Amino acid sequence: MQRLAYACAEAVAAQLKPGVTEREAARMQRAWLRERGVNDWFHLPFAWFGDRTAFVNFRVPLQFFPTNRRLEAGMPFILDMAPVYKGFTADIGYSGCLGLNPVHDKLLADLEAHRELILREVRERRSLREIYEDVERLMTRQGYANRHRAYPFGVIAHKVDRVKERRWSPHLLGFGTQSLKGLASDALHGHRDGWSPLWSPYTFSDHPPRPGLWAVEPHLGFRGTGVKFEEILVVTDSRDPEQSAFWLDDDVPHVRRWAEEKSA
Amino acid sequence: MRIEEATERWVRTGGVELCVAEMGDTARPTVLLVHGYPDSKEVWAEVASRLAEHFHVVLYDVRGHGRSTAPQPLRGGFTLEKLTDDFLAVADAVSPDRPVHLVGHDWGSVQSWEFVTVRRTEGRIASFTSMSGPSLDHFGHWIKKRMVRPTPRAAAQLLGQGAKSWYVYMMHTPVLPELAWRGPLGRQWPRILQRVEKMPAGDYPTASLPRDAAHGAWLYRDNIRARLRRPRADAYAHAPVQLITPTGDAFLSERLYDELEQWAPQLVRRSLPAKHWVPRTRPDQLASWITDFVTANEDTAAGVAPRDTVAGGPYADRFAGQLVLVTGAAGGIGRATAYAFAEAGARIVAVDRDAEGAARTAEMARLIGAQKSWAETVDVSDEQAMEKLAEKVATEYGIVDVLVNNAGIGLSGSFLDTTSEDWKKVLDVNLWGVIHGCRLFGRQMADRGQGGHIVNTASAAAYQPSRALPAYSTSKAAVLMLSECLRAEFAGRGIGVSAICPGLVNTGITSTARFAGVSADEEKLKQRKTARLYGMRNYPPEKVADAVLKAVVRNQAVVPVTPEARGAHFLSRFAPKALRAIARLEPPL
Repeated sequence: MQRLAYACAEAVAAQLKPGVTEREAARMQRAWLRERGVNDWFHLPFAWFGDRTAFVNFRVPLQFFPTNRRLEAGMPFILDMAPVYKGFTADIGYSGCLGLNPVHDKLLADLEAHRELILREVRERRSLREIYEDVERLMTRQGYANRHRAYPFGVIAHKVDRVKERRWSPHLLGFGTQSLKGLASDALHGHRDGWSPLWSPYTFSDHPPRPGLWAVEPHLGFRGTGVKFEEILVVTDSRDPEQSAFWLDDDVPHVRRWAEEKSA
Repeated sequence: MRIEEATERWVRTGGVELCVAEMGDTARPTVLLVHGYPDSKEVWAEVASRLAEHFHVVLYDVRGHGRSTAPQPLRGGFTLEKLTDDFLAVADAVSPDRPVHLVGHDWGSVQSWEFVTVRRTEGRIASFTSMSGPSLDHFGHWIKKRMVRPTPRAAAQLLGQGAKSWYVYMMHTPVLPELAWRGPLGRQWPRILQRVEKMPAGDYPTASLPRDAAHGAWLYRDNIRARLRRPRADAYAHAPVQLITPTGDAFLSERLYDELEQWAPQLVRRSLPAKHWVPRTRPDQLASWITDFVTANEDTAAGVAPRDTVAGGPYADRFAGQLVLVTGAAGGIGRATAYAFAEAGARIVAVDRDAEGAARTAEMARLIGAQKSWAETVDVSDEQAMEKLAEKVATEYGIVDVLVNNAGIGLSGSFLDTTSEDWKKVLDVNLWGVIHGCRLFGRQMADRGQGGHIVNTASAAAYQPSRALPAYSTSKAAVLMLSECLRAEFAGRGIGVSAICPGLVNTGITSTARFAGVSADEEKLKQRKTARLYGMRNYPPEKVADAVLKAVVRNQAVVPVTPEARGAHFLSRFAPKALRAIARLEPPL
């Protein structure tokens, strides 16, 4: 499922050209996935262009929704989609840039350290809140701002679960109702057992990683440029550190890009 | 190289002989400098010697000035048409095959606007740098527009410029200007320039001043009324223009150039906090901007993709190419400030004791627009290291134009818990660091005599007493007072000093701050708690950086930044008792 979502992101990114609006880019993602059988969403596709990739002046959640901002040469963009297919959810983030932009390249390269840090600390079973703070510290050291603080509850990740298949799957404020229901039920159970399906900087995330699938999305911001990735981290209760946590797939565009840069 | 070392020759044109001086390698691009009123080519001496390292520099005495001969009769001999003939004759003599890069000051700029907007010079001018001299045609349209629609703002602009142009009316009176210049005014002029314009004493003005000034009166009489009454409608520049506006010019309003883009499509703006005679008072800055502009246009002409000559930041016109040194640049406010200056196209020296962090700042600064950037690892409290840094910066990068003394450390804890060791440490960095910076780099700025600006990061704690921060607040209060004293001392040298009082800003200072009188574990806990508190407040250092740039541009003395810092500043002036009451509260840590 995650591969399908990334394939969609790459296909849409390849079609982006100057003048395309965020709304059009989001529509392109929806159409591409619908053609391949997706009819439910954890959240509807987002597209952010230019300084909106860094959430500049974002104050209310409505600003996350795609606008009529047009893409220009050299502009960074982020495509973010969370399709549900046969009950399986993917939630991915794809950062790209239309043409050359050395700042964007640098940010994207620096994101690699965060992917490694998160995996290492999750395997060490550090508290989610501590990992969050370490990620933020690394961002600060790199000279960037933590932009995932701008997400609802400032989350860097959230749990994803299987979703019941329904013929009719409405969405509410951009989020699929089935997925919201699952998240709410996790939150309820978690609240009883002392854990949370949201990975945030707050006390409710002050617990070790809970087994399951986590959609992790560290988001760097540097002045008017933002980059992120979002992919599934699998956390298990295995005692073997390697098996206790791993990224669902290492064959994703940003990892391929880092490998190419190293071999170049 | 001094102007005396230039080779001179005479160019005959339209019944006059013009004295033309050349410096530098003739194979390089030609930069032609045109002087103003009441000057001769020697006004460019300082700028020309700097430009000659890179270009073939040509200067000439305008007809009737310096060693050039005067037209006979004087009346009608100084029209812009005749001055254009002179320019073409000089350009053909010194650079027959390539267009020249024109630079004009005052009347030199006024006549250069004519050269760059008339058809017959097309292809002979590669670029034009203008300072303190508008096109008379543009000026005519500017006046007409405001007279036709005299809104309050338009009327105020008209009256403002009208008052500044008092000398233009004087020039139109017969004989009197000549008598004044050949008499007392000519004798007093050097002293007037030194006192009013802060022009450095030296071999300028030359002995020919009274005669030059008397002849030059005809520049006004032959052109002003005719052009202002009937400005040309086709005065469009056919070459790229760089406009340098001295913000303290007593004779020309900055507003004159508001609509210049419509006349000069390829316009680059620069502004300089200086008075009228910038070729004498700011030669380094002018030489740097002219070099950049000429090089960029040469590259474009040679088919090289044009470098973005205007960095994107809001203050690019002011800081492009300037050298800015920031201490404590590895994070927080220092790093954000370095980035903000970098975005404006400045050259950055990022100083910090954290070598990796400073290098990172320098690297990112380059990516976002800094012309050049360097990282230096120095502990600001180390006097010898700072001396070495000052020496290295002066020799390798140049004299600092803007110094930001930002490095600082936090120390919390009651007075009785604060050891003398703690006091020493906090004062060494927060106060002595600033003293070293101001002393060493301030001395270099003062010796250069071309202005500059010093920004010291104080704190809202400088005027907000607190039982929890006695040492920190004391050090910052000292920085504030030091800044105020320095401001008074440096005012006469054109060097501004600002103290920035940020308030609660989300930076790394909280996680490294010392907490006196507690165990190591407890200190860690408090650091974490404070960092979270500041994180919740989440005031970004970028906003403080914006305030720093604004403070430099406006030359503000004390700048409280966050609302709480502004509130405390207000209370410190009007209700200090309330602040003293707040000081007694135990902070929630």
